[in-house]
Amino acid sequence: MNSHVPQAVFRRGRLLLWGACLALAVALPLVFKSGFMLSLLCQIGIMVVFALSYNMLLGQTGLLSFGHAVYFGMGAFISMHTLNMIGKDGGPLVVALLPLVGGLAGLLAGVVLGWVTTKKAGTTFAMISLGIGELVAACALMFPGLFGGEGGVSGNRVVGKGSLLGFTWGPQVEMYGLIVAWAFVATVAMFALTQTPLGRMANAVRDNPERAEFVGYDTQRVRYLMLILSGLFAGVAGGLTALNYEIVTAETLNAHTSGVVLLMTFVGGIGFFYGPIIGAILVTVMQIVIGGMTQAWLLYFGLFFLFMVLMAPGGIASVIAMQRNLWQAGLFRRMVPHYLAVALPILVLLAGLVGLIEMTYALLAGEGVGAGDTATKVMGMQLQLSSMEPWAIALATTAVGVALTRWIGGRTSAAWNETLATLHGDRT
Amino acid sequence: MEFVVISLLNGITYGLLLFMLSSGLTLIFSMMGILNFAHASFYMLGAYFAYQISAWLGFWPGLLVAPLLVGAVGAVVERYGLRRAHRFGHVAELLFTFGLAFLVEEVVHLVWGTSSVDYKIPAELDGTLFTLFSTDFPIYKGFMMLISVGMLVALYALLTRTRIGLIIQAALTKPDMVEALGHNVPRIFMLVFGGGTALAGLAGVIGGNAFITEPGMAAAVGSIVFVVVVVGGLGSLGGAFVASLLIGCIQTFSIGLTISVTDVFALIGVTLPAGSQVARLTITQLAPVLPYMLMVAILIFRPRGLMGARES
Repeated sequence: MNSHVPQAVFRRGRLLLWGACLALAVALPLVFKSGFMLSLLCQIGIMVVFALSYNMLLGQTGLLSFGHAVYFGMGAFISMHTLNMIGKDGGPLVVALLPLVGGLAGLLAGVVLGWVTTKKAGTTFAMISLGIGELVAACALMFPGLFGGEGGVSGNRVVGKGSLLGFTWGPQVEMYGLIVAWAFVATVAMFALTQTPLGRMANAVRDNPERAEFVGYDTQRVRYLMLILSGLFAGVAGGLTALNYEIVTAETLNAHTSGVVLLMTFVGGIGFFYGPIIGAILVTVMQIVIGGMTQAWLLYFGLFFLFMVLMAPGGIASVIAMQRNLWQAGLFRRMVPHYLAVALPILVLLAGLVGLIEMTYALLAGEGVGAGDTATKVMGMQLQLSSMEPWAIALATTAVGVALTRWIGGRTSAAWNETLATLHGDRT
Repeated sequence: MEFVVISLLNGITYGLLLFMLSSGLTLIFSMMGILNFAHASFYMLGAYFAYQISAWLGFWPGLLVAPLLVGAVGAVVERYGLRRAHRFGHVAELLFTFGLAFLVEEVVHLVWGTSSVDYKIPAELDGTLFTLFSTDFPIYKGFMMLISVGMLVALYALLTRTRIGLIIQAALTKPDMVEALGHNVPRIFMLVFGGGTALAGLAGVIGGNAFITEPGMAAAVGSIVFVVVVVGGLGSLGGAFVASLLIGCIQTFSIGLTISVTDVFALIGVTLPAGSQVARLTITQLAPVLPYMLMVAILIFRPRGLMGARES
């Protein structure tokens, strides 16, 4: 389809975009100087690599894995042990190359475990990956020598004397620079992979394995190779976490971490290369910002995820791509009033729902301390949770929100369908 | 001898409980092609509902009401969630149930707190059924066996001896034809999903107080149930039954065995180098990973599972 587009122009636009992203990543710590922002940015950089590596499986090969944290964790543990082993003999250059060790560990784990898991695709693969993930997580607690038991393995990323071009990796800013460098290299490499014959065959295996076999490709082999490479990049991300936090616990390879990477990749959008990047940024920011505000963060996140699965299974990236299509067809302006109209009832609904959830949390958290009798602080307001009043208000707000959303939402979706029909040329 | 008999009894009790979970999962899978990731969450909900009802009304009403409530929740989830996700394909369905499992755990945290709740065995079932050699066999374990076997017989009779069972069996393989004959297949799906989750709920009601009722119970049992389904063969009820008992027994036997890996290898005439970490592990320590190792072995040597009919 793109064969008529001059390749050079295509490349230049893409190069500009890559350059802009890199420049933005480098410029961000100059604007946000606080330690909180810096650690948030570091976390985002690591998660971007991890989520992209996950999407090599889910988005590109169609393999839904519930145990991807294994490769991430193996990368982290092996990097940490290597760091501790080189100790004083090493220098900043060796430390800078440690994520590569993590990557090799992830790759090796992929070679061993992938051989078992990729025998099947689809649902069976999902279950097997879960089982393997549990197996490794259970092993982690059995071998405290390698995995450090409950306390984990810790180390110090500043080793040896001297510096590499002035970097010792001690200050968090320098660590951020290292993360950006690795994240950029890994992202470019992963993008390049999508353009190779292997990347294309992975898409074919995802879309129609039978036909791919008919053409003469071994689908199992394609899945195996993709899993190994995905393990490599997950391992790089793991190596970066080991360096960033200077401690690795068994948490890094358990089911929770696997779940988080799945959620962020899916929310971002598995159908686009940049989807997982959006997901990683959004979820990490939400996790740290909303997680700092309320205990109910995981509940909100779960609701948000279910909403995405049911309403926008293509993730945020697909929503953005859709708007861009409308924009290019000059139809975006037609939808703006509808977007604004539907935003209001959704806000009302959210306010009511959040109020209910927060009050329930406050009530249950204070149970036994008698917090229900006195005014409790919920969302910056002093509320008497033992009286009916706040509950009635929250319930009424929720009910009004639901009714309005159904009413206006119905009209918005009608307008949306109309606009789509126009876009596809069925109507003018 | 004593150890073997007692472990066998315990293993069968646990295995039957696992089968109550895996049978629902298998039925749902073979009918709708959905791997219900949240199946163990319904097990957990059953336990918590039963705890709440037993706090208000006593254990026996809970035994009856809690599974029905869980089944109703399951039916609602199928009707308003899964049916919508179904339009977007299998991955969306699987992710929906995954998100649901996540959400159920958070709701349980919200309502019942993060630590375990005091869901007790009722006084009339608390005691010794019989004493074998010198070990007491509790009444409650016998009760669990009774409920599970009764439930399984009822399920079997329902599936093979009644009209609705006939339709369900037909809808398993030829949903389009069943629909053409005038049956409401989506409603049958809802019924099967509700029934499967109700079975999981019942397992939770009788398992919650035998073991422990806490927010982590779903994750702990969930992965074992998946192992059962893979080992037995996807979609095979018979396979799920055999695998449930097998894994139930493996788990209970391995917990009681204190011999180490070195001893095991010594039995077959292999001497392991002393001092390595692996060689010093006892079977008890290995207990949590044994089911997964069995799963990996099955996948390598018999990928379709013990009784699975087809390669997928």
